[in-house]
Amino acid sequence: MLFTIQVNNKKIKAEKGETILSALNRNGIIIPTLCRMKEFTPTGACRMCVVEVEGRDRLVTACSQPVEEWMKIKTHSPRVITARKTIVELLLSNHPDDCLYCDRNLNCELQRLSEELNIRERRIRGRKIKPRLDQSSPAIIRELSKCILCGRCVRVCEETITATSLDFINKGRETHVGAAMDRDFNFSSCIHCGQCVLVCPTGALHEKHNITEVQEYLNKPEIVKVIQYSSMVVYGIAEELGMRYTRDFDKVLNSILRKIGFDKVFKTGTGTDVCITEITGQLTERIENNSDSPLYISACPAWVKYAEQFIPSLIPLLSTVKSPQQITGVLIKTLVAEQLGVKPGEIFSVSATPCMAMKFEARRDGMMRKGISDVDSVLTVRELARLIRLYGIDTTNIEQEPADEPLAGRSSAAILAEVSGGLAEGVIRAFHFQKMKKEPDKLIFKKLRSGGIFRELSVQVDDTSVRAAVVDGLTGLEKLRSALASGKKYDIVEVMTCPGGCVHGAGLPFSPSKDEIRNRSKLVYQSDDTEAINLPCKSPSLISLYEKLLKENPDISDRKIFFTHFEKRNVLL
Amino acid sequence: MEDLKTFLIEKVLTFESDTLSPDTEKVLQLIRREKTVKPVIYVSTGTSSIISGSGKTCSAIETYIKENEPSASIVQVGSTGPATFEPLVCIQIPGKNKLFFRNITEEKVEPLLNGVFHNDINTDDLAGQTGTKGFELWAGIPFMDELPFFTHQKRVILGNCGCYDPESIEEYIARGGYRAYIKAIRHYTFEEVCDIIERSGLRGRSGGGYLTGLKWKHALNTTSNSRYLICNAKESDPGAFTDRTILESDPHRLIEGIAIAAYAIGASNAIIFMRSGSDHAKNRLQKAIDKSREYGLFGHNIFSSGYNLDIIIRVEPGAFVCGEETALINTLEGKRGMPQLKPPYPTTSGLFGKPTVINNVETLMNVPLIMQNGPEWFRSIGTENSPGTKVFAIAGKGRLSGVVEIEMGTKIRTILDEIADGIREGKEFKAIQLGGVSGSFITAENLDISIDYESLKEKGIGMGAGGFVIIDENTCMVDLVRYYMEFIRNESCGKCIPCREGTGRMLEILESVIRKPLNEESGTTLERFKGVMQLETIASVMKDTSLCGLGQTAPNPFISALKNFRDEFEEHIFDRKCRANICRGLRTFSIDVDKCTGCTACAAKCPVNAIYGTRLQPFFIVEEKCIGCGICFDICKFSAITVK
Repeated sequence: MLFTIQVNNKKIKAEKGETILSALNRNGIIIPTLCRMKEFTPTGACRMCVVEVEGRDRLVTACSQPVEEWMKIKTHSPRVITARKTIVELLLSNHPDDCLYCDRNLNCELQRLSEELNIRERRIRGRKIKPRLDQSSPAIIRELSKCILCGRCVRVCEETITATSLDFINKGRETHVGAAMDRDFNFSSCIHCGQCVLVCPTGALHEKHNITEVQEYLNKPEIVKVIQYSSMVVYGIAEELGMRYTRDFDKVLNSILRKIGFDKVFKTGTGTDVCITEITGQLTERIENNSDSPLYISACPAWVKYAEQFIPSLIPLLSTVKSPQQITGVLIKTLVAEQLGVKPGEIFSVSATPCMAMKFEARRDGMMRKGISDVDSVLTVRELARLIRLYGIDTTNIEQEPADEPLAGRSSAAILAEVSGGLAEGVIRAFHFQKMKKEPDKLIFKKLRSGGIFRELSVQVDDTSVRAAVVDGLTGLEKLRSALASGKKYDIVEVMTCPGGCVHGAGLPFSPSKDEIRNRSKLVYQSDDTEAINLPCKSPSLISLYEKLLKENPDISDRKIFFTHFEKRNVLL
Repeated sequence: MEDLKTFLIEKVLTFESDTLSPDTEKVLQLIRREKTVKPVIYVSTGTSSIISGSGKTCSAIETYIKENEPSASIVQVGSTGPATFEPLVCIQIPGKNKLFFRNITEEKVEPLLNGVFHNDINTDDLAGQTGTKGFELWAGIPFMDELPFFTHQKRVILGNCGCYDPESIEEYIARGGYRAYIKAIRHYTFEEVCDIIERSGLRGRSGGGYLTGLKWKHALNTTSNSRYLICNAKESDPGAFTDRTILESDPHRLIEGIAIAAYAIGASNAIIFMRSGSDHAKNRLQKAIDKSREYGLFGHNIFSSGYNLDIIIRVEPGAFVCGEETALINTLEGKRGMPQLKPPYPTTSGLFGKPTVINNVETLMNVPLIMQNGPEWFRSIGTENSPGTKVFAIAGKGRLSGVVEIEMGTKIRTILDEIADGIREGKEFKAIQLGGVSGSFITAENLDISIDYESLKEKGIGMGAGGFVIIDENTCMVDLVRYYMEFIRNESCGKCIPCREGTGRMLEILESVIRKPLNEESGTTLERFKGVMQLETIASVMKDTSLCGLGQTAPNPFISALKNFRDEFEEHIFDRKCRANICRGLRTFSIDVDKCTGCTACAAKCPVNAIYGTRLQPFFIVEEKCIGCGICFDICKFSAITVK
């Protein structure tokens, strides 16, 4: 039901049941917010969105107050502006003020707000918060003095990720966000998905920087510098550098990376193809054995840690195949090293990913061979963009180059793995091809591609039917649990920690809206539709790898390097 | 005992007629100790009495009885109200009126009891007598209710306080208790009970003064399969102790009130939310609940009415903000005690998402009385729009302190001059602080405001939870405001920015005002002035934008103090002087050369060695070193130290 309300002496249309904020936004009036996250119920913690409603003693928060017919609202009256300004000034009064050195400089919501509200003088001076830096986690750094306690990270961790590693501790001036028992972050149940980093409005949470380390190695002539990047990085870099994404942008990226000083540029996509192939093998085995329990895909490192600490009973069901990044990494340290004629220790292998948990995964137990880790350093897309800017590379005027063999090609199934459900789809496609010797119609996967946080699909392949389930975001686990409890059987289950999959990864550019994420997945599906090679087993790189290179190399011909192990993890809950 | 229980249930609680049979009345009289054949000694054992030493008094009396008067018995009752009189002892000799003695400490017990039992009463400790019909008067002894402390009160809620043993359900039933509850669940529908309370005009006794009956109806009319009633007994304002006194002195009436309220909204679960630390009150309440459950007043299908109710006590985790209703609900749900946005109000979606009514102790105490005496009776007390009474905890610099109950519409001056008997030691009156950390100051020109919701609102003063702190000239307003601000700063939940940061900044600025000027050149003066200029903006923004009542009312003491005592603030800021000589940083001590004998006592005690001199010669104080602690001032026997 539409009705009219008065805003700043003008009439606008509002809908019954919506909040003041949504009515205002629809009519082109912008109200600053700080603690608000679109998909969540408002908490009203920051009080930035206050507006004046005639007849109310106090200012009301636009984000939570339902709009009513009698309302006469003033959105930018002197009283409102003073209130907003004072709130930001209060936040700044004990802020560390090291914007120039801050991770979020020029990209900080607090900075933007103070700019928008025209704060030009320090009116209120407060005692600074005692700095506390928590660098213990392999992926996420917390700088508590920069925290403005908006509570976004707490809510994301609890409501979207369900890991609940963060909460408010203490009260009054002592209030801060912390992990269980206020211990350092590495003791906590954090799964390093980094969604908290993505929503943090200030620099209180950011990824662990590996740039310096990479830079250091780039200057060592005796070391072979190698980088692998996943398909999502290509989109991410285009987005972060403000460029238009085209089909050939990966070739541009190859050239950029070589200009920075990487000797070899590989695609993680080849690793994804290997991953799909190996999982298909495991799936075939399982189906042939008529196994009752499903195979859980373990390509998402955050999900693996989640399972290890919260659902240890599931560990034996996890596929032991390494994640694409680690497979590519180990191939670089074995196959490529041999081809180049260097020792594995002389290779510095960098991985660029849209994921933050990969930083943790590279440090995992079981991800090294003969004392040499598969991947030496992991960069997020944001870090890689920073590196590109640091090396002053003119990205507008650059030639196109192919990636290096043997890990240069990939199928479109590999790119599909960046969206939730894509990996399962790839595996089923490969399984289908293996049985029927022909590709399945893509339309049958419609149910796997969209339709909520928990999706199911049953495909008839020859005489067997493959039943797949996709958990899109860890909140979907609850539905999986009840489906399993009600007696449903699955052959393969894919779990992605970030809602939407890697397109929503925490290493990608900040503040993604739902539309942007949808746009990224659209690009992924487009690539799948337009590219010629849709199956891993048709990719030339993979064929040469399996048919020739692995066989020629007795050290790795048993393919053991593609597998790892998982163990129960004890953490503070 | 079992017989008594059956008797009370059959002949009193479930007796169909409103008037009981004469035989029953006789038994009840005995239970009420109205016809005693043996002497009875009542000792008040509330928290304030225990602090004053009533525990020892009690054991001293027990020893005395054992040795000298084995026929006498001792009853531990709750507090009557006047904390200044504690430990209060009441002695009832058969056939004679009750006698009240005040401040009976351990050593006074023997002479007192000797005197009473041998008809030689020492009138020094005597407070007064209370009359009972047909009993012999004590000649020349004033009646308790003629004392100014009691004459100006209207004791309705506190009617039972200090009169019966709070652990004895029998006595409460004998005093007419639980009959309103049984009647309600057997004869009235939910709506009817809500109606009665709404017609009585009872308003919530804290904060906004919302109509209780209306609130109940909101919850009742929300469709749901279960509802909750919560009694908010989390009283933790500094200087408020009304709820605690009620819980300790008359737990059964509160339980009855909760039971009726729960019935009125159709709740089958009632929760009493108590503050941590009041174990005495909690134990008494728990015993009372256990007893009433024994009597079948709670449980399944209560007295065949088809109504189920259970009642439990929950203790808060120890944070001030947990008294705010949404934070309280969060706490009960096991979450962090942080307030939430309203709407939705608890009456539509409260505890576990169910409709929930939260009433405070004083509101619920009125409910059984209204059910017993009818809404018209309640409307006859107090003013038109604010019927009933209000309980205050008088504390501070008044001559008398304690818990008092006044009729709505009583003037503040009456409480100050008559009930509290003016200011102690003949000092000058400065202000009254009404409503704890979130209250305002009432100065001399406003003393004629009558206490009711409308008059107070007109002046911008909140009724508050019952704190009534009397402030005299020896209190520094800046320091007091700083104290309240520090309290809120520490107790803010940390959720919303204006409250969390605003209280911190305001406190820091206030601290800079009273801090000793270390070095006037280093820019601290400018900083101080700059800060002070922002105080009012921060205060108004906090008031305007904070999420919950805690933050919205946190600047109240400051705003009200600044309005009424601006000169005192300016003195602190510009002249660097504290007229009450409270602010340490602004005090300067000096030694009067003529009076100093050179005894070295002050120099020996000075914590920072700021006093120098030769023995038997006048000493002097080094001002730069002095921290203004005032130890020398207190220790000097010759009044040689002066303070400016």
